[in-house]
Amino acid sequence: MNAHPSSPSPKVLTLVFAALLGLLALSAASSRVITGPWGSALGLFLAVVKTTLIFVFFMRLRYQTGLVRLFAVAGFFWLSLIGLLTFADYLTRG
Amino acid sequence: MKPPSSIDASPYTDATQRSVAQHLGMWTFLATEILFFGGLFACYAIYRHTYPEAFAAGSARMDFWIGTLNTGVLLTSSLFMAFADHAVKLGRRETLRRCLAAVWLLGVIFLGLKFYEYHQKFVEHLVPGAGFHPDGGAAPPEQLFFVLYFAMTGLHALHMMIGLGVITWLFVRASRGTLTADRPAPVEMTGLYWHFVDCVWVFLYPLLYLVR
Repeated sequence: MNAHPSSPSPKVLTLVFAALLGLLALSAASSRVITGPWGSALGLFLAVVKTTLIFVFFMRLRYQTGLVRLFAVAGFFWLSLIGLLTFADYLTRG
Repeated sequence: MKPPSSIDASPYTDATQRSVAQHLGMWTFLATEILFFGGLFACYAIYRHTYPEAFAAGSARMDFWIGTLNTGVLLTSSLFMAFADHAVKLGRRETLRRCLAAVWLLGVIFLGLKFYEYHQKFVEHLVPGAGFHPDGGAAPPEQLFFVLYFAMTGLHALHMMIGLGVITWLFVRASRGTLTADRPAPVEMTGLYWHFVDCVWVFLYPLLYLVR
């Protein structure tokens, strides 16, 4: 019996896991070298890359319909509104 | 006329439609979770923007190695969760049980290390409140970092505990043989939840442990 067609193979999962560990090592090492705002920006960027890998492969968005993908990014859309409106206030206070 | 028990109460036309509906429902719940945690992340962003030095000082008191190790532990637990999902679809009961046991064990290791860290913070007088006085009295803004540290990691740990409870239930069901390839949803949906909680930690790690 074959695997469900809508899921990644163990080989793909293992490769993604290896990439995640590599990115974790990069996050840890770079935080020791690059400090200040650029270090924080790099740390967040690497977190976004890791999350994207987890969403696409472990949470199988790569194998889902467009509608499910839309629901998956909807939460981040609303979160971006929270961030945008919050900082539109805090950054413009006198 | 057929007796009521023979009526097919399923609202779905086929298994694919059922699967899409299950995923839409779960992702809707996860969107509310993104906003639930999002409020704390917004709070963090405001105070870090206001007191950057205090946040760097607070983060420097974190245990870098435990934070890094715990991130690796969670990522490994996610791999086994994905393997469990694969196993249930192949109907491999023993593999499913082993994978679920691995996820559970890694989750417990994560929480063990987390609570060890909480204990250390307590010993070092870094728990916000009347007893907060690192080095005999730090500036109040640094206390804000620790308020957010405990609130964010505490909410995350609560999610982990709920996840461990659900995984225990899945393990019992897998052992009884009631998780089958034609109905993989319990494992699939728990997997989505577990991976999501993992992603929250992926963001907490640089925001709490790596600020320099």
